[in-house]
Amino acid sequence: MNEGIPLNYFLILATILFFVGIYGFLTRKNLITILMSVELILNSVNINFVAFNKYLYPGKLQGHFFTLFIIAVAAAEAAVAIAIIINMYRNFNSINVEEADEMKY
Amino acid sequence: MSGNQFMFYLFAAIIVIFSILTVTSRKILRAATFLLFVLVATSGLYFMLNYQFLAAVQLTVYAGGIVVLIIFSILLTSHISEKLELIKPYKRIFSAISVIAGALLCIITILDYKFAANTAVASEINMNVIGRDLLNYGYDGYILPFEVISILLLAAMIASIVIAKKIK
Amino acid sequence: MIDFSYTLFIVLIPLAMFLLLGLQGHKMKSFAGVLGTIGLGISWILSLFTAYEYFFIAGKVDGIFKPIIAFNTVWLHMTEYLHIDIGILLDPISVMMLVVITTVSFMVHFYSLGYMKGEKGFERFFAKLSLFTFSMLGLVVATNIFQMYIFWELVGVSSYLLIGFYYERPSAVAASKKAFIVTRFADLGFLIGILILSFNTKTFDFITLTDIHGPAIATGAGASFLGMSVMTWSLIFVFMGGAGKSAMFPLHIWLPDAMEGPTPVSALIHAATMVVAGVYLVARLFPIYAISAPEGLMVVGYVGCFSSLFAAVIACTQMDIKRVLAYSTMSQIGYMMVGLGVSKYGGEAGLGYMAAMFHLFTHAMFKALLFLGAGAIIHAVHTNYMNEMGGLRKYLPITHITFLIACLTISGVPLLSAFFSKDEILTAAYHNNQLIFFVQLFVAGLTAFYMFRLYFRVFWNKEPHYHHTPHESPLTMTIPLMFLAVAAIFTGYIPFSHFVSSDGVPFTSEIEMGIAIPSVLVGLIGIFIAFIMYKKESDLPEKVAGGFKFFYKWAYHKFYFDELYLFVTRKIIFRYISRPVAWFDRHIVDGTMNGIASMTSFMSYQIRGFQSGQLQQYAYVFVSGVIGLALVVIYLLIH
Repeated sequence: MNEGIPLNYFLILATILFFVGIYGFLTRKNLITILMSVELILNSVNINFVAFNKYLYPGKLQGHFFTLFIIAVAAAEAAVAIAIIINMYRNFNSINVEEADEMKY
Repeated sequence: MSGNQFMFYLFAAIIVIFSILTVTSRKILRAATFLLFVLVATSGLYFMLNYQFLAAVQLTVYAGGIVVLIIFSILLTSHISEKLELIKPYKRIFSAISVIAGALLCIITILDYKFAANTAVASEINMNVIGRDLLNYGYDGYILPFEVISILLLAAMIASIVIAKKIK
Repeated sequence: MIDFSYTLFIVLIPLAMFLLLGLQGHKMKSFAGVLGTIGLGISWILSLFTAYEYFFIAGKVDGIFKPIIAFNTVWLHMTEYLHIDIGILLDPISVMMLVVITTVSFMVHFYSLGYMKGEKGFERFFAKLSLFTFSMLGLVVATNIFQMYIFWELVGVSSYLLIGFYYERPSAVAASKKAFIVTRFADLGFLIGILILSFNTKTFDFITLTDIHGPAIATGAGASFLGMSVMTWSLIFVFMGGAGKSAMFPLHIWLPDAMEGPTPVSALIHAATMVVAGVYLVARLFPIYAISAPEGLMVVGYVGCFSSLFAAVIACTQMDIKRVLAYSTMSQIGYMMVGLGVSKYGGEAGLGYMAAMFHLFTHAMFKALLFLGAGAIIHAVHTNYMNEMGGLRKYLPITHITFLIACLTISGVPLLSAFFSKDEILTAAYHNNQLIFFVQLFVAGLTAFYMFRLYFRVFWNKEPHYHHTPHESPLTMTIPLMFLAVAAIFTGYIPFSHFVSSDGVPFTSEIEMGIAIPSVLVGLIGIFIAFIMYKKESDLPEKVAGGFKFFYKWAYHKFYFDELYLFVTRKIIFRYISRPVAWFDRHIVDGTMNGIASMTSFMSYQIRGFQSGQLQQYAYVFVSGVIGLALVVIYLLIH
């Protein structure tokens, strides 16, 4: 099922997705959009693992299971992050990341 | 062009275009929707690679759970019709430069490297194998991460409740 | 071999008393005084016992009183040759000094129970007295010259604390500073002397230094500098330290001002013990002085002689009774220095050494008596000045009798103690240096004159109007007076030369009639002149002073030495040396430090932007850093 598509293509796709996610992380003001960028990054990593598993180690399933666990952890992390965002909204009445600068000089 | 390649290019295009739209869109609900499309396309990629269980999990958890969660929190905390502010231009440019530099670095490294492709035949992946592997406590078994993940999910659940509850 | 380690207690009990009274004294109130006195009483009894054991039981070994080390530990070990020990050395003069110091200190403690009663700093006073006693005892039992230097400084500190006891009085504060600074300046000379001496002889230890068959005295004969040997130079510097502490000319200016302290302090420190530390130092190093540095001994003798004369002349004009006694002390210490200066080493030729030590002993007794008596007088009439006193013999009988005994003693009246000691000094001087002999004879006459001037003005003469009738002092003050009077009378009969001599060999000394008779005569003439001028009220003193008007004015103002020193320090040293140095310190040294600090704070202000609290800034730096590092690693290190 993988003839015609070299491994590099998957990796390049994952790389592009990764750096787009980083760009979003660095340039967005709203905390939720930052969270969405983090999800993009995690997704790119998942694609990477799966591609490597399929192309380089077809007999084993480590990449597959790792990806499974990453999805589970990402879910947990997103839940906690949302809880924190809600809490911050209650205290600062805004979810602008530039408002959370208490730990400064 | 074979069907495989066509599907791959389609999914790749969807992922790239919609991810860029996610991070640059000025309306927050649209950004969430674009994220949804990216995640669905990813699961399409998994289907293509013959990892059906993983694709199903991706759809269920990521697209079905996390995006819904994100949309809920958007509704709770933002004015959804309001246009998002952009940060200052010079910051955007610097970030773009560093991101493009990083991407180029990685891509060049990837293209340079000769991956040794393995032509062994893949064994069929079905639920039987996955289930047995998840509960296998010998070598190459994943029982420990499985248990740890369950505890992690419990902890995350409790944490979210505790953090987000109203203080009387 | 007798174990003398109990002598450690003699030194340590006053230290313990100082710590106890210093830290807890304010809770004890008047019990602090009793405690201090008891502590010192124990030290006194132990000293007497030590003296008895040393002189009579341990006794002579091969006909010589050998020095005994009771205790010695290495305190600071630097190299094998350079180490500073702390220990206790017992030899005839140190045992004698132990007795003197503890006796006088005990009497002063007892006296202070009455004199300082009700004063604000009562406990503080006794704590400091104990500190002083500890320091002085440590000084006299020092086994090596560095230990002596350490305790020398401690004595200086105690003296500073005690002179400035009434710290709310600016004159007392100024006097204590002056005493400390002048003696500290002298100690500079002392330290230089110690360093030169120990560099050449490679040891600090007294027994090694003064061993006449040892290496120290032999090496001294070697190098020479500007015509005098190195040993002479070092010993002259050491004598400079001794001269400062003993108020010899020209470092004498602090002693009259030190009378600002309470009278018991003057009795203890500035009459009997601290000021004789210089004499003790020269006596300790006497073998080196006599054999390797005879020029040094000559300097000692002449300085002592001049100081003696100088002080006696000034004392004839002073009105403050304590100042008269202070100048009298300076004069008598001059006698002791003369005694050492004219002495030679060994047996009979060391008569001057023995006489100086003997005079130290008797002087401690009668000078302490004089000061304590002056304290009783001041306590009764509340003034220090002679012209406000008179006719006190009716009101203060015990003080009167004891004071009279002391005055007779100092004037060299036969059968009292100072007659014997002063006479031996004059004998030694006569046989070695006739000029010094005649000067000292004249000074003896002056001494008699000014002491009886003091006596007659205070106890006889016209009685001024007293605000309230003077009353005799309480028993705690008169008992020490009586004890010291007895000591002043009878200590002359101790056959001192059987115990103390320059090389440890006892000898017998007799009174030479050819010297005794002129000295007694001169003393009686002095007494007679004072009798005529001061017993009854008369205007004879004014006429005499008017006749010598110019000379009188100079003597009254202490020959303007204080003004001279002030001029030199203020106008010359302060203006041309201190001020530029202070400017340099404030602007350049401090300026550099401040500059570094302000530059640091300026730079940190510039880079504080790194800690902005902005999450995305941190992430940006992180990402850029990782990409940069990756570039470096991939392209520079691997290819």
